[in-house]
Amino acid sequence: MPILPLALKSLLNRRFSALLTLLSIALSVTLLVGVERIRMEAYNSFTNTVSGTDLIIGARSGQVQLLLYSVFHIGTPTNNLSWESYQELAADRRVAWTIPISLGDSHQGYPVIGTNQDYFRHFRFGDKRQLELAKGRPFDGVHEAVLGAEVAAKLGYQMDDAIIVAHGAGKVSFTQHDNQPFKVVGILRRTGTPVDHTVHIPLEGIEAIHLGWIGGRPMPGRQITAEQALNKDLTPNNITAAFVGLESKLGVFHFQRKVNGYRQEPLTAILPGVALQELWRLIGMVEKALLTISGFVVVVGIVGLLTALLTGIDGRRREMAILRSVGARPYQIAALIIGEAGFLTLLGALLGMALLYILLLAGQPLAEAWLGLYLPVSAPTLMELALLGGVVLAGLLAGIIPAWRAYRNSLADGMSIRL
Amino acid sequence: MTQAQSPTPSPAIRLQNVGFRWPSARHETLALESLAIKAGERVFIEGPSGCGKSTLLSLLTGVNRPDRGRLEVLGRAIGELSGGGRDRFRSDHIGVIFQMFNLIPYLSMVENVTLPCRFSRLRRERALSRGETLEREALRLLEHLDLHDAALLHRPVHELSVGQQQRVAAARALIGAPEIIIADEPTSSLDAPRRTAFIELLERECRAEGGTLLFVSHDPSLEGCFDRTIRLPEINLATVNG
Repeated sequence: MPILPLALKSLLNRRFSALLTLLSIALSVTLLVGVERIRMEAYNSFTNTVSGTDLIIGARSGQVQLLLYSVFHIGTPTNNLSWESYQELAADRRVAWTIPISLGDSHQGYPVIGTNQDYFRHFRFGDKRQLELAKGRPFDGVHEAVLGAEVAAKLGYQMDDAIIVAHGAGKVSFTQHDNQPFKVVGILRRTGTPVDHTVHIPLEGIEAIHLGWIGGRPMPGRQITAEQALNKDLTPNNITAAFVGLESKLGVFHFQRKVNGYRQEPLTAILPGVALQELWRLIGMVEKALLTISGFVVVVGIVGLLTALLTGIDGRRREMAILRSVGARPYQIAALIIGEAGFLTLLGALLGMALLYILLLAGQPLAEAWLGLYLPVSAPTLMELALLGGVVLAGLLAGIIPAWRAYRNSLADGMSIRL
Repeated sequence: MTQAQSPTPSPAIRLQNVGFRWPSARHETLALESLAIKAGERVFIEGPSGCGKSTLLSLLTGVNRPDRGRLEVLGRAIGELSGGGRDRFRSDHIGVIFQMFNLIPYLSMVENVTLPCRFSRLRRERALSRGETLEREALRLLEHLDLHDAALLHRPVHELSVGQQQRVAAARALIGAPEIIIADEPTSSLDAPRRTAFIELLERECRAEGGTLLFVSHDPSLEGCFDRTIRLPEINLATVNG
């Protein structure tokens, strides 16, 4: 087609406005695909807040509620799971491992969970990643604590610092377990999950600080020191929930039925992946809104292209008449404009992707450190390619309007040059 | 499309009972009973503005087709060709020079001259048969039109003087030896001595290339330079009003 090199030279002649148009398209593409990528990664990271856990068992409740308090430490459990039932279920031959957790206390607004060393051994998040310690070791003694990364960073705790656990989950608590402080023996690496916001202590520690309490209140004159507590029986009566890993995935539904139909007490077992997806459907609206907004930014970019092309058309009538006089067909004149629109959006899309990858490379450590969001620098997904294709198609479609006008002009003007 | 290369005795242009009305106009702008221009003739078409000159040119170049009558250019009834067919016919056989602003600003002088060869294979082949390359043929034409200064060639075309621009436009109309050259008031932006010089150059080149020249102007003083003068108001039967 003889018109294409001309289109390129014409565009080069108007390089300044073309560059601005290109930039606005590139930036809107960066935003659109960037938001899409963050959305996907947020979804992936959210639905993998817990991974590798086949079931979560707690007192009878809805699956989202059980998920909220056991994984996100939001809300309070309606009831507990007795230690005997937990022991019995954990002894089932289909069960590979369990992690007991006990909730209800807090430290400066951060939830304190009681658990055991199996937590550090078996808990998985994201792409089956294991918890790693940035400093120190897992707790061993009764009065030792392992902090989530966020807790340590926000409150400025170092190894061997002493922390006081408060009773209840609020930030302001009137009852402090200040007779039995805990020593920080480990700080976890950042995970981007609620683990970062959690203080971990042994189940025995939870028991110890509640010795002498009746009905959720300390009995006056029966305060016990840490040394005294160590001599008592610290086996818990209840826990809040348990994470369960099975020997075989095939047994999940069978074991779930067994838990749900447990005779001794009313229990619920949930599949965390399914419950997380259900929860995402509730809160995922925000991400959808974000994607919609960035979609509109692309529309603005395309409208900018349209404006630039349309204002250019009238200024280029003379050029079109000259081309017509040397034999350019009206459809070639139209192709000149559509080609320009397509070229600009395609180049803009590529430039936008290049910019996105530069930002990803530069921003990846920051996103992981601040947001706990791991953004992989990977090849574009099908969805992203579809978005890019959509942008280029929209650019071509936008080009049809000025192209149609140029076509009409070139038919109407014919050989006469209008200024 | 194969065309006879040698000038034929048959008329280059023949009109019979041709009428044309612009879609927005109430009456016909042009109504001609009969008009014939021989091949190789250099004809001056004279008339004040609004006498139908632009309309006549739009018909001759195949931009518009007559509403009635028969219009033959080089023996082809171009009104019967399709839109694309007329575009191809124009790019193959007709070179056009406008009043002013003839050049595409983002192309070099040589690129402007060789522009018709991008759209017409016939003219490209003819140009190549004269010069080894399109560029050489363009340079040859430019030299004939006194634009052989090497310094000029590399300057952006909008920096050329109006007279120089018109000569570049003439070279573009002449490249690939189209049978018909149409010049639409090409000298109106030139002063008198340059005007005569330009017309002489154009005539000489048309003769050398064997083309038929239609020179359109409202200026009767130019008439002496041509073989024949056609006064359009005298033959246009339409009641013309702008």
